Amino acid sequence: MAGRVSFGSDLVTDIESPADEDGVHDSFSQLIQEQCHDLHDVIEMTPLDVEQESRDDFMYMEAPGYQRSDSDGPQQTDHLIGERWSSDTLKVLSSMPSRTIGRSRGAIISQYCNRTMQLRRHRQSRPSIQHFPRSARPSIRGYRVETDGAGFEEEESKRERLVNNLQNLSAHDRVRVLRAMPLSVAEKKELRMLVLNKAEHSVSQSQIPCCSQLKYYIIIALRHGWYGWLSFLSSLQLWQTALKCVGGRFGTGVLSYFVFLRTLLFFNVFLFLVTGLFLVVPQAIAHPEQNITVSSTWGLEVLTGAGYFSHSLLYYGYYSNQKLQTGHSCPPSKNVTSCSPGLSYNMPLVYFFTIGAAFFITCIILVYSMSKSFGQSFRIDKSKGLLAIKVFSSWDFKVIKKSSVRLQRANIGTQLKELVAEVNRQELKFPVLQRLCRLLIHMVAWIMCLAIIIASVLAVYYFSEHMHKDLIRTHASSSDPLLKEASLLAVPVVVSSINLLLPGFFNAVAWMEEYDSPSVLNYVSISRNLLLKVSVLGVLCYHWLGRVASDPHSLGLECWESFVGQELYRFLLMDFVFMLLDTFFGEFLWRLFSQKALKRKRKPVFDIARNVLELIYGQSLAWLGVLFSPLLPAVQIIKLLFLFYMKKVSLMMNCQASGKPWRACQMTTIFITLLCFPAFLGAAVCVTYTMWTMSPSKSCGPFRGLRTMFQAGKLWVQELAEVNPNLQWLASAHTYLVENPLFLFLSAGIFLIVIYFHSQVVDGQRKIIELLQEQIENEGEDKKFLITRLQDIHERKKGVTPRRVKGASEDSSYS
Amino acid sequence: MGGTSSKLPKDLLSEYQELTFLTKQEILLAHKIFSELQGRENGPYGSRVSMEKVLTLPELKSNPFRKRICHVFSTSDMKDGSLSFEDFLDLLSAFSDSATLEIKSHYAFRIFDFDDDGTLDGRDLEKLVNCLTGETDDTRLTAEEMRQLISNILEESDIDKDGTVNLSEFQHVISRSPDFVSSFKIVL
Repeated sequence: MAGRVSFGSDLVTDIESPADEDGVHDSFSQLIQEQCHDLHDVIEMTPLDVEQESRDDFMYMEAPGYQRSDSDGPQQTDHLIGERWSSDTLKVLSSMPSRTIGRSRGAIISQYCNRTMQLRRHRQSRPSIQHFPRSARPSIRGYRVETDGAGFEEEESKRERLVNNLQNLSAHDRVRVLRAMPLSVAEKKELRMLVLNKAEHSVSQSQIPCCSQLKYYIIIALRHGWYGWLSFLSSLQLWQTALKCVGGRFGTGVLSYFVFLRTLLFFNVFLFLVTGLFLVVPQAIAHPEQNITVSSTWGLEVLTGAGYFSHSLLYYGYYSNQKLQTGHSCPPSKNVTSCSPGLSYNMPLVYFFTIGAAFFITCIILVYSMSKSFGQSFRIDKSKGLLAIKVFSSWDFKVIKKSSVRLQRANIGTQLKELVAEVNRQELKFPVLQRLCRLLIHMVAWIMCLAIIIASVLAVYYFSEHMHKDLIRTHASSSDPLLKEASLLAVPVVVSSINLLLPGFFNAVAWMEEYDSPSVLNYVSISRNLLLKVSVLGVLCYHWLGRVASDPHSLGLECWESFVGQELYRFLLMDFVFMLLDTFFGEFLWRLFSQKALKRKRKPVFDIARNVLELIYGQSLAWLGVLFSPLLPAVQIIKLLFLFYMKKVSLMMNCQASGKPWRACQMTTIFITLLCFPAFLGAAVCVTYTMWTMSPSKSCGPFRGLRTMFQAGKLWVQELAEVNPNLQWLASAHTYLVENPLFLFLSAGIFLIVIYFHSQVVDGQRKIIELLQEQIENEGEDKKFLITRLQDIHERKKGVTPRRVKGASEDSSYS
Repeated sequence: MGGTSSKLPKDLLSEYQELTFLTKQEILLAHKIFSELQGRENGPYGSRVSMEKVLTLPELKSNPFRKRICHVFSTSDMKDGSLSFEDFLDLLSAFSDSATLEIKSHYAFRIFDFDDDGTLDGRDLEKLVNCLTGETDDTRLTAEEMRQLISNILEESDIDKDGTVNLSEFQHVISRSPDFVSSFKIVL
């Protein structure tokens, strides 16, 4: 109201002082009840009130977007206290700031006026005395209920102020604020025009020195360039239509698998560019003369990566350990002057630093995307409000196919029914025996899974040992070369088939266990698969680094690194072949079988978790192999490209959307974390171990002759220190910081302390949220109280007998 | 004039780029699709397309909220849900990849507010749940389940206990749901 509703002084005395012991209560509804019982006096009507009443009818014609309720006795129930309110009270209720902020243009403008004010304050170094801060939400003081003409003026002046504020912001802020305002484009255009007109005015009136005008033009040009760059980037979106198609039919869950595939592709493209530019291209230009002839059996080349490929750019062994010169290479002797002048390219150093830098940058990108994803999916107060969240945010607007929409509706209906039943059911006390039984089943299932994992790990261990001995033996004797090549494929085939078959076994075990909630089932199956893959990879790493690298001559190898590179190439390729087979048999044939033979109507469901873990496994192989085979990322890129199209075609033909809920955001976080922690970290640890402790081959590769690969960096630093005595500090820094483990321990300790502080802050914020919620509840009670008094006053004015407020017992069944 | 090649002027294009969350390609694509919706009557792009025509777009055709979406974004005086080109851009901008959570939750609230009174009361929630679950009898909730569901929702999200969910409370609930931003998207 423009005026103030005057509670008569007699009313004030009726209200009990909160200091009274008896006046303390736990709910305002009781207080209201008591008040209404005590009221006997008629409130005096002031002339102001009479005017107000007639104004009431005109009040909301100006507020845009509002639909007037009927003025003759609507029978709408407001759930405030379950009473029936008169039209006037309803009008007041509807114009409350909390209700108009969503739809009234005036309220939005007012809100953004306050926000831009705050923004200006933050940008200025000294806050101006005139602009005292206001809350972001328009207070009753700021947005008053209008009466006839005053409404327009109020809005106009707010608009003026908003335009002023916008003008004083920087261009970047202005664009950001304009974009984020929930107004229509036409209104925003108007605002923008007003702001720009004003800016032009003030610009033309003041004198601008020429340099700041130049700065102005430069800034505009930069901004245009930035927009152009952003559009160019977004037009590069790979596979945009394909992803939209998949998302439209299968929803966000399956889409996240393909988006993850695309992310991995970009990681590999980055690795390929780095290694290609710095290692492959220079080496290809200055290729060493090699007179090695290899007998090639053409058929098996691509699969084994040996034969013709073994002395090519693909593997470590090809790279020279000398400074490459344009022309001829010069030996790494102390007196550099004997070399002919020209561009010199220190291959060992570059190899070492390239691999190191590639891993470091990948680490940073991974940690950044992991923390961003974690920040999106982590919520401080969780497990409250599941139903509300489900109802408000579960509809996936990307789904456009009619049958998928129908399916989505059926899913949501089922989930809602289940959730309602679950939230409202009485706590069933399961008999102790049944609980023990379930526990026993879970334990048995876990023991079975662990047993089979250990069994397969041991199988891989002994089989690889057997093949190793076999290889030693066949090297000594000259046997059929084709068989020798084919036997190299034996271990990869075994490992890939284990990776293929065991997840199916885990699924069967989980089905036997009958988990209640699908998310727990998801986590359990992911952890089992992960355990399998990590242990298999661990055994393989031991096999390569422990067996092959320690005694290469027994295998007749000059170059164990190339051999390890070849092994990784074979594993990668076999993984791909088996994924092809799995798609063909697992999805295509299974669909035919289940539809024709089992006569089921539903097609099989795409198993997201399993496919993503396979991608992570393939990527960790690629990361392990970059050191030994610089072109391996290229192989991985080709594999991922094929995989994308194959999986998409198979998905469209054979699968249907899942009936189970899939929390896409949370699962994406988990997948990125899995990519970072076991996969990338494991690969990085392996590579670091190799570089730090393993002795490189003496007759091939860029590190031949050095004690460890790490020596390349150290020697270079020492060389620099010798040539230029000023850089002595670099050498000592290298000795004390990089080689000394104490430094690492200290930095790890500091990180842990920082993390602890942050978790304490989060705890504090949780407490604050609880307090604030309590406060809002209390404010809500105040609101109810005031509305009820308002209603009573209006009723008295009209001479209606005061109705009894029914009080707590009549509280709406909904609250 | 006529034909299918009515181009968007460059300054308008950059203005739209500044005022919405859409990139240049998206704006041009939207212009192309909107012109097709208008038929060959290439009047000024300020002319409106009726709601029926807009609802023939594949992205909106099967969406249970399609009519509400048109009503919310329409600035037509006749309240018939017809969209001008700028309304169409508004729609795409709110549903785009880079729109902020606040914009999305604001418009989601308005879409779910079936009676346009600024809050989600029990009736709005009931209509919302019916839209979500569909029309067929086996997916619909029974009256008892519906009552229970609405009571639970209000209990969880109505902080000031006035029996309705206003915009701030809605935004508070949405901020706890990480999937909202990725599911509230429409891409042309």
